[in-house]
Amino acid sequence: MSPWGEAWRRFRRHRMAVLSLGVLAALVAAVVLGPFAWHVPIDAIDFSATTQGPSAAHPFGTDDLGQDLLSRMLYGGRISLAVGIAAMGMAVVVGVTIGALAGISRGPVDAALMWVTDLFLSLPQLPLLLLLIYLFREPLKAVFGPEGGVFVMIVLVIGCFGWMQVARLVRAQFFSLREKEFVEAARALGATTPRVVWRHILPNALGPVIVAGTINVAAAIIAESTLSFLGLGFPPDIPTWGRLLFDSKDHLDIAAHWALFPGGAIFLTVMAINFVGDGLRDALDPRRVL
Amino acid sequence: MGVFVLRRLALAVPSLLGISIVLFTVLALAPGDPFAELATNSNVPPEVRVHLRASLGLDDPVALRYLHWLAAMLRGDWGFSFISRIDVTTLIWQRVPVTLALIGSSQLLALAIALPVGTLSAVRPYSWFDRIASTIALAGFSLPTFFTGILLILVFSIKLDWLPFVYRADVEATGWAAAVEHVRQAIMPVVVLGLFQGAGWTRYVRSAVLDVVRLDHVTTARSKGLAERVVITRHVLRNALIPVVTLVALQMPTVFGGAIVTEQIFRIPGIGSLLIDAILRNDTPVIMGVTFVFSVLVILFNLVADLLYGLLDPRIAYR
Repeated sequence: MSPWGEAWRRFRRHRMAVLSLGVLAALVAAVVLGPFAWHVPIDAIDFSATTQGPSAAHPFGTDDLGQDLLSRMLYGGRISLAVGIAAMGMAVVVGVTIGALAGISRGPVDAALMWVTDLFLSLPQLPLLLLLIYLFREPLKAVFGPEGGVFVMIVLVIGCFGWMQVARLVRAQFFSLREKEFVEAARALGATTPRVVWRHILPNALGPVIVAGTINVAAAIIAESTLSFLGLGFPPDIPTWGRLLFDSKDHLDIAAHWALFPGGAIFLTVMAINFVGDGLRDALDPRRVL
Repeated sequence: MGVFVLRRLALAVPSLLGISIVLFTVLALAPGDPFAELATNSNVPPEVRVHLRASLGLDDPVALRYLHWLAAMLRGDWGFSFISRIDVTTLIWQRVPVTLALIGSSQLLALAIALPVGTLSAVRPYSWFDRIASTIALAGFSLPTFFTGILLILVFSIKLDWLPFVYRADVEATGWAAAVEHVRQAIMPVVVLGLFQGAGWTRYVRSAVLDVVRLDHVTTARSKGLAERVVITRHVLRNALIPVVTLVALQMPTVFGGAIVTEQIFRIPGIGSLLIDAILRNDTPVIMGVTFVFSVLVILFNLVADLLYGLLDPRIAYR
């Protein structure tokens, strides 16, 4: 059986993880394909139907301007998921690069890189995120447009604070792998250091990176929602899930559904991703007997 | 032990300097010139503007400007709030105790949940209790604080009308009634933050205890005939707490993030809500001050964790 087949066999043992994978697939399909099936525009204002609960015309109800919450959530879900995946991609690239550099070069380079990693781990993330957004929102808006600018900035700042765990894991993996016989054999055959790293060490260090990356998607989605919930993420006309919650929190007494649907969506997505991460950890850790 | 404490204190200095460099870089890279308004004001001659810039040190080399800024921060000279016209330090000091009380009590709640639940889960791994506790812990850890806060308000303030959802510093009562009212309005924020932390910690405690329970010294303790309770508390838990302390210290930035959100939801007058208000009103000195205070608090808690670490594991202290 191939290593990936074996991993899949182990993954299937974790019932909640398999279930969560299904939930996640359904959520992704809904936000990607949903807007093709549900044609109500996200900004169609209808004052005859404000803060209504779920009905046939508006399955998720409406907000205080009578805008359809289902189509707003489908739109916002695309952004939330895109932010999560893009920020994870950035965190993994930065983390793997720094971890690999630190792991392959001993001595001062390793020490310096680890000092930077520890420094980033002890930075207060949310205050700094807020500070960065406060200072850099306007210029980025000018370069990338209102939506693109905020997207780029949020992905950059969230990615900037997510790579440390990956870097530490990769470094630890490098420390044990570079002493292994197969690496020695590759070196004896005359492989250069970049080739040893790329072909021999990195593929074997992939397991923990995949797990950390999965958890990172969840963390990035929470971070984006938190910023939007504080009113400092995406602009008001872009209804991300966090933004919907922010808008709903002054109408809790008359329109609870308005908060429950986006909040539930964030919770469901993050929990599903965390369970999948748990399952992957079981599947990719060779020391664990299943 | 004294040498250990001193060494740890000395190690905190470079991280504090590192953080101050990060903060200053962000500030220096930020677009916007404080003298942009003067440049467009035709009443101010250009040479006055140039002179003003020079006298305030804005044309100095970056390294010199950093040292000036650092010296001012260390002296406690953090400037005036643009909005409320009082010293930033006074403004922040008024609010720090509230935030610390919120974080402290929620951490206690988190510990009270995580220690027993995590230990019981690990002592009988894959039992029913463990499965249910682990699933709930993962779910709780996935529930963002802002959503839990809204859910609690919906249930306990709006549907049941048991608890107030806006925190008020000036309660209209005295004596016991006031104390009761303060506790009542603190319940929901503390629970929101405590449950979130507790769920995360339960997972740490469980895996740490699982690692220790298999070790030989535990088997020895059992074979000596010690009661299970003594084995778990004395021989397992103390050793398991060592990695947990590290992980908890690593979580401190997240805890402060959660505190900011919680303060914002329940309108608690702490430094978190001060930060959000300052950002919404472009009050730069306050923003810088609060961010700096948060950084110092994170370093401080890391230091406390390091000291606890030495206390739990004597091998580290005497090395």
